[in-house]
Amino acid sequence: MEQVEKKVDVKAGKNDISDETMEYVGILAKLELSKEEKAAAKKDMEKMLDYIDTLNELDTSGIEPMSHVFAMDNVFREDIVEDVDGGEDTLANAPERRERAFVVPKTVDQ
Amino acid sequence: MNLLSLTAVELGKKIKAGEVATEEAVRASLAAIEAKEPQVNGFVTVDGEYALKRAAEVQKQIDDGTLTGPLAGVPVAVKDNLCTKGLLTTCSSKILHNFIPTYTAEAVRNLEKAGAVVVGKTNMDEFAMGSTTETSAYGVTRNPWNTAHVPGGSSGGSCAAVAAEEVSYALGSDTGGSIRQPSSFCGVTGIKPTYGTVSRYGLIAYGSSLDQIGPVAKDVTDCAAILEIISSHDKKDSTSIKREDTDFTAALVDDVKGMKIGIPKDYLGSGLDDEVKQAVFKAAKVLEEKGAMVEEFDLSLAEYAIPAYYVIAAAEASSNLERFDGVKYGYRAKDYEGLHDMYKKSRSQGFGAEVKRRIMLGSFVLSSGYYDAYYLKALRTKALIKQAFDKAFAKYDVILGPVAPTTAPKLGESLCDPLKMYLGDIYTVSVNLAGLPGISFPCGLDSRGLPVGLQLIGDCFQEKKIIRAAFSYEQTRPYHHSPLAEV
Repeated sequence: MEQVEKKVDVKAGKNDISDETMEYVGILAKLELSKEEKAAAKKDMEKMLDYIDTLNELDTSGIEPMSHVFAMDNVFREDIVEDVDGGEDTLANAPERRERAFVVPKTVDQ
Repeated sequence: MNLLSLTAVELGKKIKAGEVATEEAVRASLAAIEAKEPQVNGFVTVDGEYALKRAAEVQKQIDDGTLTGPLAGVPVAVKDNLCTKGLLTTCSSKILHNFIPTYTAEAVRNLEKAGAVVVGKTNMDEFAMGSTTETSAYGVTRNPWNTAHVPGGSSGGSCAAVAAEEVSYALGSDTGGSIRQPSSFCGVTGIKPTYGTVSRYGLIAYGSSLDQIGPVAKDVTDCAAILEIISSHDKKDSTSIKREDTDFTAALVDDVKGMKIGIPKDYLGSGLDDEVKQAVFKAAKVLEEKGAMVEEFDLSLAEYAIPAYYVIAAAEASSNLERFDGVKYGYRAKDYEGLHDMYKKSRSQGFGAEVKRRIMLGSFVLSSGYYDAYYLKALRTKALIKQAFDKAFAKYDVILGPVAPTTAPKLGESLCDPLKMYLGDIYTVSVNLAGLPGISFPCGLDSRGLPVGLQLIGDCFQEKKIIRAAFSYEQTRPYHHSPLAEV
């Protein structure tokens, strides 16, 4: 483990994420961070990426990306309704509801 | 007689024989929870009323011969990322502080069909992201061996509840070591099965390609019996695998003669605590004396498992956790301007720091321009790691090593440096990347009196080999009850 930590030290500060990139990632992540949180997140992420960059020591040319460990075919099934209407139970969890609907802020301007 | 000091299978036998009533067992569990929770805080939710109602139903079915399984009537705790119909399920997050699932996770349903009585939901790191159970929105869980120490994580509540003998056994989930590492820290036994063995239906997803549900209990026999019950092919989980060989209790055989066991030299390097190392070697010696062939070998790539894991897990998490937006369930911010602002504020106020950190990292590695360099690179590394294990299992039946580099750290020592905490997962994450089964069980105590865990890793679908080896080892060492178990 110390060995790994040393590698991190050697590469410390290599990644420098711009404020624009952080802003963009915030949009993708749908997160609103305070100024302090943003600065901390940037530092955290740069440190993680410096560490993740150790993967570049590995030659992976010609290796197929493996998303699933087992070779799998798509799984099909008949589209048959099995569950009874759970609408009321589902709506009971709604932060805000009106009759049989979830209430959300207006999304389309008239 | 303290019913909770028995193993789950022992208690199940007494219930079956009519020596103990289900209600008596459930009341014993509820009383232990009430007495010990102020010190342990292993639970987010306890529902005594529901448990006692269930106990009466189960007892009736035992009496009329409908329920005959080994765990009928035995109280169980379930990790709070497993959906339970009508029972609060929070993932230890503020964003699900009031979420009542409309259905029950398949693994829990399988247990209930076999007569299990769920007494409550156990604490965890928020959304299973962490190694200490300190990132929970509902307070830290403490280690029953020493309450100044963490129980490990993310299934820390499940493991602490079993070690403190608040409940006979528990379910956990393991994405990068979240069953095995807390089992090791709490001196109990836990199994992470081959990917696809237990349905993930109703498990609130963290890293879908890595997540597996598994048992936590006092011994290997319990774990084999529980795993046998929860394993099932489920059309509701498209990654669920049809297996015929899930009669895991058939592997409870005290015999390792001729078994080939490899110890990766990569798992013994600097960073590994000397006392942990000695305990692991001692356990290997025991198996050798029982007739196994034990040797060290180069597994390779061990140091690349953590960076690959964190890229893949964060990427999948950022996608899986998009659904928490304050629209249909869970926390919604009070003040916002428009829909997008509501999403952002609800998520920012609802998620804790570690969850946000991983969502940010995941969103970054999946974003255009970085996808190839980080995400695909990690998936290629995963392919190489799988190849390394394939090569190892061509030679060995079982891989043996430590579960974690150290025993349980003190509360408050880990979160200040996330990267350092991530490095503690070095011996566990590659098992998830390669989809392999792994078992963690106690093999000693360090000089501070904290449990040391031993890990056995099997090839895909070879749970029986690791169960047989672990069971054989266990015959040489009695179960050590934690100090809180005696209370």
